[in-house]
Amino acid sequence: MDVKNDFLPDFPGDIYKDDNGKTNFIVTSVDALANWGRSNSLWPLSFGTSCCAIELMSTVSAKYDWSRFGFEVMRASPRQCDLIVVAGTITYKMAPVLKRLYNQMPEPRYVIAMGACAISGGPFFYNSYSVVKGVDHVIPVDVYIPGCPPRPEALIHGMMTLQKKILLSKAYVIEKPKEE
Amino acid sequence: MENQNNNLPLEELTEEFVVNIGPQHPSTHGVLRLQTTLDGETIKDVVPVLGYIHRGIEKMTESLGYKQFIYLTSRMDYLSAHINNQACSLVIEKGLQIEVPARAKAIRIILAELQRLTSHELWWGSTAMDLGAVTPFFLAFRDRERILEIFEGNTGNRLTMNYITPGGVMFDVLPSFAKSIKDLFKIIKEYLKEYDTLITGNIIFQHRLKGVGVLPKELAISLGCTGPVARASGISCDVRKYYPYDGYEKLDFKEITSDGCDSWARYMVRMEEMKQSIHIVEQLIENLPEGEFRTKAKGVIKLPVGEYYQRVETARGELGVYIVSDGGSKPYRCKFRAASFSNLGALQPITVGMKIGDLMASMATLDLVIPDIDR
Repeated sequence: MDVKNDFLPDFPGDIYKDDNGKTNFIVTSVDALANWGRSNSLWPLSFGTSCCAIELMSTVSAKYDWSRFGFEVMRASPRQCDLIVVAGTITYKMAPVLKRLYNQMPEPRYVIAMGACAISGGPFFYNSYSVVKGVDHVIPVDVYIPGCPPRPEALIHGMMTLQKKILLSKAYVIEKPKEE
Repeated sequence: MENQNNNLPLEELTEEFVVNIGPQHPSTHGVLRLQTTLDGETIKDVVPVLGYIHRGIEKMTESLGYKQFIYLTSRMDYLSAHINNQACSLVIEKGLQIEVPARAKAIRIILAELQRLTSHELWWGSTAMDLGAVTPFFLAFRDRERILEIFEGNTGNRLTMNYITPGGVMFDVLPSFAKSIKDLFKIIKEYLKEYDTLITGNIIFQHRLKGVGVLPKELAISLGCTGPVARASGISCDVRKYYPYDGYEKLDFKEITSDGCDSWARYMVRMEEMKQSIHIVEQLIENLPEGEFRTKAKGVIKLPVGEYYQRVETARGELGVYIVSDGGSKPYRCKFRAASFSNLGALQPITVGMKIGDLMASMATLDLVIPDIDR
């Protein structure tokens, strides 16, 4: 029985087809549940290098209060986190440390580049010899938030964008290497 | 297993080991790395490793115009952004020999003192958090946001304002400026009492700070400490008193010093400084001078050939800006004397011999901003 063709012609389940070309609908339900859980309990790493870290702290604190959206628990150890908010400038000396922190995080892991420095080097793009021109040279980035520094509202918007991205992801699909 | 050193007394059998605290650590307030040599729980040595946030600001100023490089200094000590801008504006005004209007001077002092207030409030919250109390952190940010609302309304930005420019300030303040600050102070004064009842009178908090991190007067002088760290060791070093700028000489305020020399003295000095900042602003806000908010400076500023130096009192101590001009439109050399760098030197002498739990308590009361150290 092919679920898609017989019962749900609009069901976007092509990606879940198994080796026989049949769609497994149980996996898609688990997927939705896992994505719901993941998107609403993101645990960020308490990592800030410069000015943006203060706005990050403002977002955590009383007035803006990002725990309303499920980002409540900030952890100091990367092994307990699934989100890293790169708040501030990354220099060439800091880049290996950041890479190592990212590798220590358990999968699935997400990265938000907060502020102009993390996106492109920001005000230190020209004439600076020690600044990495964008954190995406070091680790893959999911969401970029512009600003120098971004307002707390902008950060919350970026985090909610990440939640939407997680909801659309296919957590239990293992992409097979394409046969040549 | 046979111990090779069986004939030694028991306390000499322990082995020293090195713990790297940082660069990613929640209590170092940034990306400072401390190579800490420990014997059990006792600290034998602390070596700070710098450079994780070195962005080359001093070198970048050599390729930017005099009006442009001021924006970079907001990112240096971001908790004293207004005061950094003020220091750079003052040194350029000194070179150009232009006079700033009285209204601009008053606005500058008001914003600088409010900035000091925000900085000390954030320090208060983060110090309490380093010692294990989470609630003060939220209270501090609640009060800080009130001041940031005034900054945002008048200058357009919350953290890196870039509002003070050579010749005055960038725009005039809102008509509601004076009223909003008066309303703010009614609330803030109640908050300061709340701080005292919550933390200052707390016996556990006092035990963690009293007699810990002792920085003697002679050592503080030889290390070049400034700001509240030096004033808590009994050194009178307030730049606002000794080298007044922008009209601080006309204002009535006390320089807070203490002879306690320990972390508790540094805590009390900052708490009193917050009250003094409110007192300074209250004198100015009653009759804010009318008139121009800016003296027209040229589009491209060229300083005469020479060397210029200006010092101001930021929230963490003395900030010196030294500019060498070759007559061009860009500085030939620019050096910042940052307060946090000198105060960091005090970390090793005040923590050696104490337990590791006191390391963070001592470091919190030094109030370091790491991008200010590395620049």
